[in-house]
Amino acid sequence: MAAPSKQKNRWHIAVFLAPAVLVYTAVMIYPLFNTLRLSLYSEIDQERIWVGLQNFRTLFGDAIWSEQFWNALANNGWFFVIHMLVQNPIGVALAAILSSPRLRFSAFYRSAIFIPTILSFVIVGFAWKLILSPIWGIAPGMLDAIGLKFLYQPWLGKEEYALTTLSLVSVWQYVGIPMMLIYAALLSIPDEILEAGECDGITGMAAFWKIKLPLILPSIGIISVLTFVANFNAFDLIYAAQGALAGPDFSTDILGTFMYRTFFGFQLQLGDPHMGSTIASAMFGIILIGVCIYLFGIQRRLRNYQF
Amino acid sequence: MTQTRRIPGTAIAAHAVLITYTIIALFPVFVILINSFKTRRAIFRDPLGLPTEETFSLIGYQTVFKQGDFFLYFQNSMIVTVVSLTLILLFGAMAAFALAEYRFKGNTPMGLYLALGIMIPIRIGTVAILEMMVSTGLVNTLVALILVYTAQGLPLAVFILSEFMKGVSDDLKNAGRIDGLSEYKIFFRLVLPLVRPAMATVAVFNMIPIWNDLWFPLILAPAEEVKTLTLGSQVFIGQFVTDWNAVLSALSMAILPVMVLYVIFSRQLIRGITSGAVK
Repeated sequence: MAAPSKQKNRWHIAVFLAPAVLVYTAVMIYPLFNTLRLSLYSEIDQERIWVGLQNFRTLFGDAIWSEQFWNALANNGWFFVIHMLVQNPIGVALAAILSSPRLRFSAFYRSAIFIPTILSFVIVGFAWKLILSPIWGIAPGMLDAIGLKFLYQPWLGKEEYALTTLSLVSVWQYVGIPMMLIYAALLSIPDEILEAGECDGITGMAAFWKIKLPLILPSIGIISVLTFVANFNAFDLIYAAQGALAGPDFSTDILGTFMYRTFFGFQLQLGDPHMGSTIASAMFGIILIGVCIYLFGIQRRLRNYQF
Repeated sequence: MTQTRRIPGTAIAAHAVLITYTIIALFPVFVILINSFKTRRAIFRDPLGLPTEETFSLIGYQTVFKQGDFFLYFQNSMIVTVVSLTLILLFGAMAAFALAEYRFKGNTPMGLYLALGIMIPIRIGTVAILEMMVSTGLVNTLVALILVYTAQGLPLAVFILSEFMKGVSDDLKNAGRIDGLSEYKIFFRLVLPLVRPAMATVAVFNMIPIWNDLWFPLILAPAEEVKTLTLGSQVFIGQFVTDWNAVLSALSMAILPVMVLYVIFSRQLIRGITSGAVK
């Protein structure tokens, strides 16, 4: 009895789905594909004409463009490497300490360490710019206090240090996220497993390396791919600290700032939406490759333990 | 078992590491805040000192209030964040309910389609989004930002909420159906109140990125009357770069609302992350 009437009147499913699907399709998916499409066009005499892969040939082949592109990509790669080598290990270490049983004030530490993560890049970028500035002298003053003043450099102003410094600022800001996710993963390890290890004499550091670490590998995998996507799409911090020109001499230029300059124009450079789309398409490809490597190469090899 | 045997040395070491890192995390915020209340001279002479009676000054805040329209920026940010969150939660919950509750053709593909946006950043489509907003006349309106943030937040919202809705008891919903409630009433009266904790998690996850975003306000709504607080403080600081009092005060004013939100919602946020909602 109920079945046929249910079959007849199923409009409510469409009503429930419609708003989300419409907004998502119109504002996210359609522009995404439209951007990919625009990369195949160019503007000549104020008319949009089809040029095929010409824009990509310019981006990779033309010396002026390709030099900028590879510079931005290499910088972005270094940005990512620093996050993987510094942010994630610190996050795991903090989480491991926080999750140790009977630690007092752990909720306080957790909330405090997470504070930088909630601040905007504008605040973080300027705050560090001021602190590292040679004019204000907080950084040199503090190094002086521990007798290391000779180490001080105007880090953000020197080509060879600027990118690394900004990467570390970004690490400082985002350490909270891996810390929280790993902390959650560590808490979900059942006590029985740790106790079984204890009976076999595995405690302390050994328990971490031999039991906990293998069990949280899937979480580390997720964090790595989240870091990858966020890094290759970053823009705000560099823009807030160094401006759209990503100085000094483009040494902190990453794909996001490169795309912004190309697409929107900056100072003497005119904005070009088609080359902007071309760079966006390249970023899309890079992110897609990263996500696919994770989904098909890494995630499958990591066994998810269900407790 | 282990605790009783534990050497206190380990605990001390653990606290030492955590305190060190907490200081590293809070130090820049602390320096900005204390210096925003000092005279220009004191800022440079003794950057790490607390403001004293002699060095206390509100000159920076006066400049900020005179020159920048921070109240307007704050209002814009508030409108954008609250409206986007409402739409994300409402539309997200409705779609999640459809996916979790009904079996229909195309359920799985629809779920995958909506999940696509979790991994692919919306920024990639910026060029076409700007073109669309220009052609629909939405450029330099808060509506443009609200639409973008809603679209950006929906995929994860649908994903998290549908996981939760699968856990709502079928008996309850069927009892409602027997009592003659329509599917809409079942959703709004029975299911929504039960998934409120999950909705709070989704709200907190989306709130901070929307509030802090610089990219879309910069590109879609840079006009003075629709500037968000993040963009407004960025522009203000850029203009007053040599006026240290004003810059430090503007930074402190930008920190304040986020800190207030964090204090209110931190428990929810941390519970949301640690409950594994983002698996």
